Amino acid sequence: MTMTEPTAEGRFGDFGGMFVPETLVPACQELDRAFREAWADPSFRAELDHLLTTYAGRPSPLTECQNLSEALGCRILLKREDLNHTGSHKINNVLGQALLAKRMGKTRLVAETGAGQHGVATATAAALFGMDCIVYMGTVDIERQKLNVFRMQLLGAEVRPAESGSQTLKDAVNEAMRHWVSVVESTHYCLGSVMGPHPYPWMVREFHRVIGDESRQQCAELLDGGVPDVVVACVGGGSNAAGIFAGFADTDALLVGAEPAGGAAVGRAVPGIVHGSRSYLMQDEWGQVLEAESISAGLDYPGIGPEHAHLAATGRARYEPVTDAEVVEAFQLLARTEGIIPALESAHAIAWVSKCRDELRGKTVLINLSGRGDKDVNQMMDELG
Amino acid sequence: MIGSVEQALRARRDAGGSCLVPYVTGGLGDDWLDTARAVAAAGADAIEIGIPFSDPVMDGPTIQAANDRALAAGATPQSILDQLRDADLGIPAAVMTYGNIAYHMGWERFAQSLAAAGVAGCILPDVPLEETGPWTEAADAAGIETILLAAPTAPDSRLPRIVERSRGFVYGVGLLGITGVREALAASAVEIAGRLKTVTDLPVLVGVGIGTPAQAVEVSKVADGVVVGSAVVQRMLDGAGPEGVAELVAEFRQALDAK
Repeated sequence: MTMTEPTAEGRFGDFGGMFVPETLVPACQELDRAFREAWADPSFRAELDHLLTTYAGRPSPLTECQNLSEALGCRILLKREDLNHTGSHKINNVLGQALLAKRMGKTRLVAETGAGQHGVATATAAALFGMDCIVYMGTVDIERQKLNVFRMQLLGAEVRPAESGSQTLKDAVNEAMRHWVSVVESTHYCLGSVMGPHPYPWMVREFHRVIGDESRQQCAELLDGGVPDVVVACVGGGSNAAGIFAGFADTDALLVGAEPAGGAAVGRAVPGIVHGSRSYLMQDEWGQVLEAESISAGLDYPGIGPEHAHLAATGRARYEPVTDAEVVEAFQLLARTEGIIPALESAHAIAWVSKCRDELRGKTVLINLSGRGDKDVNQMMDELG
Repeated sequence: MIGSVEQALRARRDAGGSCLVPYVTGGLGDDWLDTARAVAAAGADAIEIGIPFSDPVMDGPTIQAANDRALAAGATPQSILDQLRDADLGIPAAVMTYGNIAYHMGWERFAQSLAAAGVAGCILPDVPLEETGPWTEAADAAGIETILLAAPTAPDSRLPRIVERSRGFVYGVGLLGITGVREALAASAVEIAGRLKTVTDLPVLVGVGIGTPAQAVEVSKVADGVVVGSAVVQRMLDGAGPEGVAELVAEFRQALDAK
């Protein structure tokens, strides 16, 4: 199979759609048209490529991990999204959306953020393009990701606390959508993952496809034209996973999404509707959305992007839970064996590989190292101290 | 066949009056059902009963707070519908909740549960025209009127499609924003009412940002009436009790009647 366009209604199989308040429907439809046109326009693609190269630092390298490979008994390749400007894969999507927003004549960006990586990336793009920027962030996350809050403020963004509900990513999305409803004519909602109403899940995946396309080519060079046996990425909403999976969906590679055990939407496999689309969703017996619990703020989300639900339902990708304890161990493992401190989010992918080392013995495993761990150092000092 | 929400609103309009549809959060306080009865007796033509949802993206702080409080007190869709079944409000009721509450129960089962509880209509603000098909099929079969929203952002070409599929009335969204009381009436409230009136004979009610009797009167010069949510729910949150809430609704009624 390939990861191509959803249906005109924004469906990936049974999942997706445009479940938003009526006020936002015309904006989503306008965005769909604008993205379609821009993505087919060579000058837009050239401008984005230029930014990705000269500003974000693409292509990101592929690192073969000798020490970790030896330690785990499989051949490990890391796609180094942690080396992008702003420290994670999030910049790919944000540069694309900011460029699109400018093309659409929007002057403000609003975003939600969990760990702060998407918020920092959005604030960065807003600074670059001279746009106003508002970032909603759960009050719990503001506390555990202070550094990123300050980074956003340095970049000129206004960080607004999301004080409702669990005060994490889910609530930041609610607040961002509520704000968007009131300013939809001037403002682009720069959604940070492959979730939300159509066209976001598709558009955000396309902006991250560069991760998969580069990896495919880099692996081919390294593996004599071959592909890795396994491609692993962490999954909250699932943007970095969607980006790297897109490069390998049409191969025999096993695709694995590592979910936090406390936020395993696919593991529970109950479909639901929230934040604009139908997907798998953690919810109680009445359909009230449950609060995810994860050591990593960026994966602390009770849902998952609709295309991932489709990949899971069709069996093309597997989604596996890893615990906070396994993540903490993997965080340290990569630091000590390879001299790379991963983001806690990305450490989920490492954790799954480490946990399944017997199953993976002798295989070639490509891990998307979606972000670097500088932002998590304070939290880990408390955790390990 | 015309449903009972539409019948009640047409009756008011045909008599030269303006329609008043207050919103009460189901499960908010032990006396919420008494409040609903008092609201009905105070001159409402129909009533909206909110079934709380954990993530109400169309709602502002007042209704969010009401949702949280009702959920914390153990309100569920079923407990609210069970209570409504024997409520004998004397006016038609429409449930307002979010798509996932209905979807999780199953579109058909939810529609049948509403009918069994004597509920006449339903509003799912995050299930717009493009997504409403499976729900309206189930709702139509169960005799439930699905009320659709029409927002100021809709291009002219979209409004006829919305009113064509809407039952009971068409809910004009008064402003760009979420539910909540505002100091002044937005110009968009009268505008959306006027745009809707030119494309439909269905009752046109405006809600979102209609918080005072004066605002209700102003918009009802063009619209057939108003939906009043946050102002009513704020009274409930403040502990005004059934009489206190009914007093507010009576003020709206008097102002509209004196228009």
